[in-house]
Amino acid sequence: MREQKNVFQFIDKPLLWTYVVLTIIGWIAIYSAVYNSNYHNLWDIHQEYGKQMIWILSSWLIMMVLLSVNPRIYHQCGPLVYLVTMVLGLAVAFLGREINGARAWFDIGSFRLQPAEFMKLSTSLMVAFFFANRPIRMDHFGSQIMAGLWLVIPVALLLLQKDTGSALVYASFVLVYYREGLSVNYLIYGLIIALLSVLTLWLGMNTMWVVLPVILVLYVVLAADSRKAFFNGIKLTLPSMALVSGVGYAFEHILLAHQKQRILVLLGKVDDLRGAGYNVHQSLIAIGSGGFWGKGFLQGTQTKFDFVPEQSTDFIFCTIAEEYGFWGSAMLLALFGFLLYRIFAIAERQPGTFGRVFGYSVGCILFIHITINIGMTLGLLPVIGIPLPMISYGGSSLWSFTAMIAILLRLDSGRMLGIR
Amino acid sequence: MPNLQDSNLGKENRHLLILSVALIIFSFFLVRLFNVQVINDEYSELAQQNAIRRVNSYPPRGIIFDRNGRKIVVNRPIYDLMVVPNELPKPLDTFELANLIRISPNELKHRLLKATAYSKFKPSLLHAQIRLEDFVNIQERLHDFNGIYAETRTNRTYLYPNAAHLLGYIGEASPDLIAKSNGEYRSGDYVGISGLEKTYENYLKGKRGVQYRYVDVHNREVGQYKEGAFDSLPIPGEDLHLGLDIELQVYAEKLMANKLGSVVAIEPSTGEILALVSAPGYDPNLMVGSLRGKNYKSLSKNPLKPLFNRPLQAMYPPGSIVKSLQALIGQELGLIRSETRFPCGGGYSIGSHTVKCTHTHGALNLEESIQQSCNPYYCYVFKTMVDQNHGLKPKEGYKIWYDFMRKFNVGRKCEIDLPNERNGILPSSEYYDKVFGLNRWKSSSIISLAIGQGEFGMTPLQMAHTMAIFANKGDYYRPHLVRSIGATGQKKMKYREQHHIPVKAKSFLVVQDAMQKVVDQGTATAYGKIDSIVFCGKTGTAQNPHGKDHAVFVCFAPRKNPRIAIAVLIENAGFGGVWAAPVASLMIEKYLLGGTKRPDLEERILKARILPQGIDSSAAPKKITG
Repeated sequence: MREQKNVFQFIDKPLLWTYVVLTIIGWIAIYSAVYNSNYHNLWDIHQEYGKQMIWILSSWLIMMVLLSVNPRIYHQCGPLVYLVTMVLGLAVAFLGREINGARAWFDIGSFRLQPAEFMKLSTSLMVAFFFANRPIRMDHFGSQIMAGLWLVIPVALLLLQKDTGSALVYASFVLVYYREGLSVNYLIYGLIIALLSVLTLWLGMNTMWVVLPVILVLYVVLAADSRKAFFNGIKLTLPSMALVSGVGYAFEHILLAHQKQRILVLLGKVDDLRGAGYNVHQSLIAIGSGGFWGKGFLQGTQTKFDFVPEQSTDFIFCTIAEEYGFWGSAMLLALFGFLLYRIFAIAERQPGTFGRVFGYSVGCILFIHITINIGMTLGLLPVIGIPLPMISYGGSSLWSFTAMIAILLRLDSGRMLGIR
Repeated sequence: MPNLQDSNLGKENRHLLILSVALIIFSFFLVRLFNVQVINDEYSELAQQNAIRRVNSYPPRGIIFDRNGRKIVVNRPIYDLMVVPNELPKPLDTFELANLIRISPNELKHRLLKATAYSKFKPSLLHAQIRLEDFVNIQERLHDFNGIYAETRTNRTYLYPNAAHLLGYIGEASPDLIAKSNGEYRSGDYVGISGLEKTYENYLKGKRGVQYRYVDVHNREVGQYKEGAFDSLPIPGEDLHLGLDIELQVYAEKLMANKLGSVVAIEPSTGEILALVSAPGYDPNLMVGSLRGKNYKSLSKNPLKPLFNRPLQAMYPPGSIVKSLQALIGQELGLIRSETRFPCGGGYSIGSHTVKCTHTHGALNLEESIQQSCNPYYCYVFKTMVDQNHGLKPKEGYKIWYDFMRKFNVGRKCEIDLPNERNGILPSSEYYDKVFGLNRWKSSSIISLAIGQGEFGMTPLQMAHTMAIFANKGDYYRPHLVRSIGATGQKKMKYREQHHIPVKAKSFLVVQDAMQKVVDQGTATAYGKIDSIVFCGKTGTAQNPHGKDHAVFVCFAPRKNPRIAIAVLIENAGFGGVWAAPVASLMIEKYLLGGTKRPDLEERILKARILPQGIDSSAAPKKITG
């Protein structure tokens, strides 16, 4: 009993309260997004805010339960949880319900379960387990392959479900691995690859096939030591050309028509104001019309019109930005910033590898969600349907994020008691 | 256990880079937000006062023409009043508004509450289907009522009060359809519910357009949003050109006035339907507009069942007309020849049961048997085909006969381009195995099939289709109404494909000779013969267990290069030669010669009232003209 009392005593209050506040903000935003003056019943579970109320209360309950569990379990459960969620992920790809092209949901009564959300949690546990139970040197190729494997499996399953958005989330583990010793060069390569990909999509594969050799020639001609420059240059140019071809091929043959369209619209190559461009345009009108102070609670008109799509899920940020303006959006960003800072700080202060790796996984997953979601509503990234953590309507994602934070809090509170 | 602490050595500062990345991205978002929300006021201008109105523009439905290019179905503009509750003036003068659109203030309040319950911000339908005449008055006053605006739609107008069953009607899309349509249909959209309107819905409907307009504070549309960049024009539906001859259709419906039954006329060389009558009919305009529900109800309660599409859905024992088919199959199987004779002593006896002959004659050959419609002859033919078919068991013999019948679309759909066609009835040998026990039956068990009675059902469409096949000596196209769709001018693939039933030309010749004699000096001569046209026909009488038998007549004309094949079925009219043959005969005259030279006969048919006992002709649905 004594230990139990101490456990709650050592819980990181700032992180806990930030989480609670975010879930409440989320509920208010959803209420506002689907608000209808004739139905005031907050508990009406046929309305999204009614359902979300249930999701929030149940996730608080999950938080309390997970906080009272002996943290040793978290250290050990990684492989099992990973296996179970991956099997679910495989099953849903064949048996699930198809919505908007992705087969990613199980229908359970009037609710829907999305295994993809729990795969993020289980992958975090698995990766942390992997690092904690043997000495891993991320500068060794073998370790890199092993570490990569834990990500390749969920990504493959998600692509099978045609849930590209959720698959993209796993890119955030690069930062986790970097923290654990992966060379900074990989981040730089990643950046170069991203840059080349965007250039390829923007300028077209054929142009890049011309541009890259021209740059090589210029570099060789202008360099002091042409011979050395040539060999160095060729080492960069050939992989780049391969990448350019790969991206070009993938864009033409792997991406679905609507995904291609979204990318082309974002790059400004296609003016599709009726299709993909329309959503982003309307999203920007809603955000922009909020001004500095916003229109006030329930006063947002753009989001309540049919104009903004997916108002309570992927585009929920619009509702907040319209009703609370720049001031409110900035506050929300600050809150998210504080959340991330706090998670990374907690991760850093863990005495053991498990807690640190898990903490970084949670932080990086939240980070990429926030970045992609807000980047999308602001028209900076292509339209990719992933939720804004704690804010977007949806039970699976809320439960999953809650569990991540709860486990981290529990690991953290136990650190003083000598449990790694 | 290895010293796990060591794994962190030398990496303690790596979190700084991660935090920096986050900081940079968040700062970038802040700058973008500040730019969009504070510096750039383009967006807030766009969103000002909800000043953009999304107005649907509905495409006109495709127009329907007859084979001679006459318009049959056209569109007429109507107006729907939409309301956005949030924009309504406060306080709203409900009395005045109710007065303007001519509904009671209570009804108006009820509708406004309903609209508000749906959404304060999204438009709801306030008043549907206002005619142009009424809308002119409303439009003048509309600027007093912010939040109310009109959307233009079109509704159907049927230029002839005829052909209701085949044209069908449109109505508002059901919630079920809207949910399933993936955004294709929205609440208040029209969709074809029956007839051609349903079958060709995808061609007729066109594509909805959307316009975004700025609206000023006086509820006036002042311009296009973004110069129409978001707008899309409606795409009109595709026109349908029918093979139907609307004048022939109108004439046939006139002849069928005060009678129950069907007339089907097909052009044998193409399979195009020339006329398709279900009597009694009704004016298709009854199914348009706000009174559709009421009219539908009264039609569905009518004891004469005017909504029942008889030529496709009513199944009758074909009676003697099936003898033509029997004669053909018998020859084709090599079991009878034109000179084959069977005795007729006034009946064909199986044990205690006798199939009687309705005519008096001696032993007949094949041609005479059709001409005189001899029942016993065909009992012998059927017995030969089933029991004595080259040593086959009755079951196998029956199967060959059954397959042959099905080639003529007996017992299965013709696949006409209209919904809800029935198969007809033709039991399989498996069925009889079940009824009588395996192999415990032969021709005598099912002898009524020989003369088209018993468990035998054909739709009038199937009867006419059989005649079209006879006219073409085995070649046919599936019967269909639409000969070309829209600008491409094609018909559906399945109607472009010619089918062939492999039967020797000589077999057809013998039957055609006989059928010509039916008209020239047989059972149909009295009321059917036309002096200037040589044609082939067959009378029939369909047994009716509920009352007087139904009269049947099938024919095609002229015999050389046939241009029309007809089936006429008149319920409760008794023998086919008396009432059904003259209707077909008059139609042939009308179609081939432009009119009849026998006004007395025409007069007699037009005036005839043949309705089941106890039903007053005033029950026949009223037609509205205009």
